[in-house]
Formats: sequence, structure tokens, C-alpha cells
Amino acid sequence: MDCHPEVWGRPRYEIYGDYDHSHLHTSGPMQHTQQPIVTGTSVIAVKFKDGVVIAADNLASYGSLARFTDVKRLRKFNSQSVIGFGGDVSDMQYLDRTLGSLDTNENYSNSDQPLHARNLHTYLSKVMYARRSKFDPLWNAILVAGLDGEDMPFLASVDLLGTKFSSPTLATGFGAHLAVPILRRTVPDEEAVQQTTKDQAVELVKESMKVLFYRDARSLDNYSIAVITKESGVELKENEKLENQSWAFADQIRGYGTQVN
Amino acid sequence: MASVFHPGPPSGTPKYSFAQQPNTASEGARQHSFYPYTDNGGSTLGIAGADFTIIAGDTRSTSGYSINTRYCPKVFRIGGPESRIALSVVGFAADGDALKERLDTILKMYKYQHGKTMSVAACAQRLSHILYGKRFFPYYVHAILGGLDEEGKGAVYSYDPVGSYEREQCRAGGAAASLIMPFLDNQVNYKNQCIPGRGTGHELRQRVQEPLPRKDVEQLVEDAFSSAVERHIEVGDGLQMIIITSKGIEEIYKPLKKD
Amino acid sequence: MFRNNYDNDSVTFSPQGRIFQVEYAQEAVKQGSVVVGIVSKTHAVLAALKRNAEELSSYQKKIIPIDTHYGVALAGLASDARVLSNFMKQQSLASRLTYDRPIGLAEITNRIGDRAQSNTQSYGKRPYGVGLLIAGVDATGPHLFEFQPSGVTQEMLACGIGARSQMARTYLERNLDEFAGSSREDLVKHALRALKESLSQDKELTVDNTSVGVSGVSEEFVLYEGHELTGWLDATFENKEETTAEGGESMEVDS
Repeated sequence: MDCHPEVWGRPRYEIYGDYDHSHLHTSGPMQHTQQPIVTGTSVIAVKFKDGVVIAADNLASYGSLARFTDVKRLRKFNSQSVIGFGGDVSDMQYLDRTLGSLDTNENYSNSDQPLHARNLHTYLSKVMYARRSKFDPLWNAILVAGLDGEDMPFLASVDLLGTKFSSPTLATGFGAHLAVPILRRTVPDEEAVQQTTKDQAVELVKESMKVLFYRDARSLDNYSIAVITKESGVELKENEKLENQSWAFADQIRGYGTQVN
Repeated sequence: MASVFHPGPPSGTPKYSFAQQPNTASEGARQHSFYPYTDNGGSTLGIAGADFTIIAGDTRSTSGYSINTRYCPKVFRIGGPESRIALSVVGFAADGDALKERLDTILKMYKYQHGKTMSVAACAQRLSHILYGKRFFPYYVHAILGGLDEEGKGAVYSYDPVGSYEREQCRAGGAAASLIMPFLDNQVNYKNQCIPGRGTGHELRQRVQEPLPRKDVEQLVEDAFSSAVERHIEVGDGLQMIIITSKGIEEIYKPLKKD
Repeated sequence: MFRNNYDNDSVTFSPQGRIFQVEYAQEAVKQGSVVVGIVSKTHAVLAALKRNAEELSSYQKKIIPIDTHYGVALAGLASDARVLSNFMKQQSLASRLTYDRPIGLAEITNRIGDRAQSNTQSYGKRPYGVGLLIAGVDATGPHLFEFQPSGVTQEMLACGIGARSQMARTYLERNLDEFAGSSREDLVKHALRALKESLSQDKELTVDNTSVGVSGVSEEFVLYEGHELTGWLDATFENKEETTAEGGESMEVDS
């Protein structure tokens, strides 16, 4: 199994055959995750001058089966950070619980400095790296979007190996191939971030989500999108529908529409 | 149509309309198929001068043919503000970060416990032990450590992933190491350079190595990287240089080609 | 002969509701040489009087820098302080490692408070015999906290602990209104004057027996010792007559 997110989670029946019951064996050595089962596809995000826009569709696939069509893969952490999950959905839900208790502990402790996006990203990267070092990875690719300690836009990613990096535009999975070139065309560097408005950024992300829906078979036209700014905090919309789809490009492609062969 | 060419399935077993036969579950416990490493590309370089050390690295991070980001530093100042030590790590970035943070913490604890900063020689040996400590699950990185030794001379130490180390005049690491190192051998240690006008054959004498001035070394580093960028796809975007002198530590960033 | 039956351990209350071992520990703090701390809107300052056990020995360390953003000053058992400061150092590094966040001063003070308290509630343990002043700057600005062997911690505007520290506190109370708006230099001078108040008649503040720690907003915690203090000591006590004159006047006004 390789670690490229775009080839995750495709236990196609014709390739892998019958359901493999061997992991149900109770004897033998302790089993760790060896492949993601129910998966989410790309998460994409882009910084703009006052904040960050992040989006992910609402689909959770079981291999090639579009299994759950209303799974929210963006998680608001507090008023200044949102986390987007790609990869295994159960690991996402585990991390969601972990972050929940982190938030609870943080609120009980008397520190009046809330965890901002950078703190959260560092924490998540330690969790991911610790798990990969135990050979028991959390099979996710994660984007953390929000504001850092100076209220500046913050966007960074971490994956199942604990690899972390930051960039003005980021995408996981298929998005790294399909969306990043589109996003980088408008926002190639930090300088361009300062010239990009919220509306431009949102439009850019929506356009990229459309391209992903066109070309990523494990995607959906129902998606969540969040904008994080200092002024308005987190504006999270979890039931957006892709607009102005045009399948005209598919007209000439064999296999689309009525022309099957 | 495919079924026409498909050899008929044996009777009594499930039928597949695809050419590929199913893989059946193997008996007994399954093997881990998770591979805990990846290669994030990039290249690093360290050169020691008479009274300074330069540690440099490009800032590109890759996975496969994708560029993760154009700015992901792999050269770090470690040990707090008073420390005069820099570490570069190239290979698997997550291990590199973990290694950097471990050594940084050790240096800070040393300063706290002993009231003085650690010497590069001590730090170099400690780093070797850290790497060897994970001999059977290594930090997948090529580390280069730089600083000033007890006499104030530039010091560069280079490591393999499991802790073998050596003090050197210069060393290149990472993806383009094989491109940069021969250039350094020739330009820093004057390998294959002879003293002109001494005749041929046995008369030839190797040009004597002497420490280079800082301006020259900076230029060498820039040339090494701009050349590596041309020939290696995993190197590019930006060049980060950390220059350690007795006066302090400087950091320089210069853009490289982004293609 | 009278013998106190309630001071053998720290888990038994006296009938009056006191825990003698904890009170004795607090006496240990009073044996330590004096340390003072003050905060302004921009800075937090610690000043300490160092003691040497004998003429031939070195001076005992009084201010320990923990992280780049804060340090502690101690009064009492120095070895106990070291245990606590090691713990604080670890916690501070851990916070930076796991969250990339400098630990909050209230948070770290709470953690040593909890540790100290647990020593007062289990048999066979003894309370820490040291008081600490924790001063520095975190995300919410400059802070000064006081820590006592009982585990009690509180945030202070200015504070003095240790031998004869009542005199220093009196000085701090008199000048309290000035601190908030004070500059870095003035704050250090106030701290040194407060320290001076606690000295016995025959003693002087010198570069050998004084320590000063300063941290400020976007300014790291720095420990000043030895010759680095000459400037401050000269500047503070050169206008000695002036200050005593002022002090004298205000004394009259007060009475």
C-alpha cells in the first residue's frame, strides 16, 4: 500500500475479490490499520488577505461505492480555526473526539490564550507522527485553516506520516493534482495572498471544487465550505451545491452520456 | 465483449466479468502493508571556512512529482538564541523535524543545566547517539551539523541516517548530493586541480587546500544550487543559507527557479 | 514538657484546623534571603539579594531563567527550588513542542501549585520549603505570580518574599500607583530600592550580591548579574539622598 492519498481506499471487488475476513480473526498478533476503508476525497484551501477559505465535499466512499453522501468533513475547532479531513472517515471521527477533549481541557484550564490554528496544527502533527511511529497510522490527510497568534491567515497540512508543510494554497488527495494548479494560478505566493480578496478566494475555491467534481470519480456536488477571518470568525456552510455545472466538455468523450461505447 | 476473450471460469466458483482473477485472503495473520517513510526531496549543503560556517538548503518540499510547497525550510538554528549551531536535515521531512526538535530540546536543557551553550563537538556526538538510538527504525535523513569549534574555526559534521559521522570541510546532502559534491570536491578541496606550470606526469602537484573567504563560499553555494536546480526536479524554489560567525548567526533567503 | 502532637506529618490537622508542617515550611521561606518582583503594563522585573554562606563560598543562585519568556526568583530551600524549576522547564519545553506555544504564566503557576498541594496531602511527603516569584510575559501580557509551599498561588502587582521582606513590601505598597506606568528602567530601580529597604543597616547592594531579571513585551527574559548591574546600582543609589528626602516627605504627609 502506498501513501499517495489519491489511490487510497479502493478495495474494488473485481481486484480484491471477496470480502477479506482475516482481520476478524481474534487470535494472532494485534492488528493495526493497514488500509483506509471508508474514505473522503480532496480537501482544498487557499489563503487571502484577511483569512482562509477551505472546502471539502460531503461524500464518504466505500471503495468505489458512494456510501455516505452527507458526511461533513470540515470541523470547526473554535472561532479561529477549521480542520479539513481527507482519508479514512473513522480515523477522522476519532480525531474529532480527540480534538473535542482537547478543547474541553483547554477550556477548563485557566489559560486565557485559546489554541489558534498554528497550535492546533502542531498538536495534530505530533499526534499523526506518533501514530505512524507506532506503525498504527491515522489514515488521513489533514488541512488546518485559520488564524495564527498574530491574527494572520494560517494554512498548513499534515498527513498520515506526520509530514507537515504550509503554503498559500493547499489540497489533499486528487486536489493536489487537479486543484492546486488552478489555485496557484491566482495565488502563487504570499505576495499574491495580500492581493486576494475574500470574494475572489471563495470564487476560486468553488471553481476548483467544480473541476474536482468533473474529474474525480469519488466526489460529490454537495460540499462544505468555510471562511475564517478575524472580523467574522468562522463562517461554515455545510450544505452547498455546485453551481453552473457544464458538462459540455464531456460531449466528445466516449463513455459519457448516452454514447456508451 | 471482454467475456468473449475471457477463459471460462471454473464451474462452482464465482464468476467475474473482468480479466483479473480475485486475490483471495491469505491464511493466518496478515502482514503490515504500511510503509512509514516517504522522500520529500530537496538538497542541503555545508561548508566550513576559517572563521565561519555556512549551512544551506533549498526550500522545496515534494512528494513524487508534486510540489507540496515552495517554502519548507530544512536548515534550522538550534539551541536557543545564544547557541551558535545550525542543523540541516534532508530526506523524510517528518523525521527531520522530529530530529531537529529533539536536538534543539537537548541543547536547551544543556544550557539550562550547565549555564553555557554546548560545543559543536559535543553536539555532534550527541546527534550521532540520537540517530544510532533509532538504529532499527531509523530517522530517514541525511543530517549536516554546522558551527564554530573551540578554536573559533568553522566546523561541519555530516551523518548517515543511523549515526555514522565525520567532521569535514564540506558536504552536500539529499537529492542533488551526487550533483553538488563533485563540484565541492573540486572547488573547496581543489581535487583534480594541479599547480600550473610544474610540468606533467610525476611533476604534477595537487593544489594546496586553504580555507576560502566568506564571499567566495557564498558564491559557491549559490552556484551549486542554481546548477542543481537545472538538473534535478526535486530541487528549487528558494535557497536558504545560515551563516555562523563569532559575531552571531545570519540567515539569507534567495529565490531559485520555480520550474 | 509541652509537645505538639500535630506536627509530625502534613496529613494531620491540629484541633485548631492548622497543618503545622505546612506552616513550618512557610518559615523556611522566611529564612531565605529577600526577593522582590514588580510588573508594569509592559515589563516584569525580579530582583534578588544573594547570600554566601561564608566569606570563602560563592553566592547562592536566586533567579533562574526557565524559558525565553519567563524566570523565577526563589526564597527558601534552593534545592527544592531546583526540583520545581526543573519541572517548570520540562513543562515549558513540552508546551512549545506539542503546541508551538509558550506556556502561559498562570498555567505553569497552577501546575506547580497542584504539585505542591499534593505534597501536603499524602503521608510520608513533605511540603516544598521554598517560595517562588514567577515573572515574565505571555500572550496576555506581563505577569507576576507568587507561589507558597502550601500550594497557594496568586497573581501580584508587586511582591516581596524572604527574610525581612516586610520592609520591601512596605516600599512596594507605598509606590504601587507608579508601577503600572513605569518604564523598564524605572521598574528595575523600584525593585532595587525595595530590595534595599530589606537590607540590614550594615549591608549594601553590590554587583556581587544582587541579581536582576527583566522581561518585557516582545523582549525575552534576561538575567543580569555582576558588572551588568553597575549602571543600575549607580543610577538607583546615586540619587539616594533625593529618594530618602522624598520618602521623608511622604512619611510626614502620611502621618
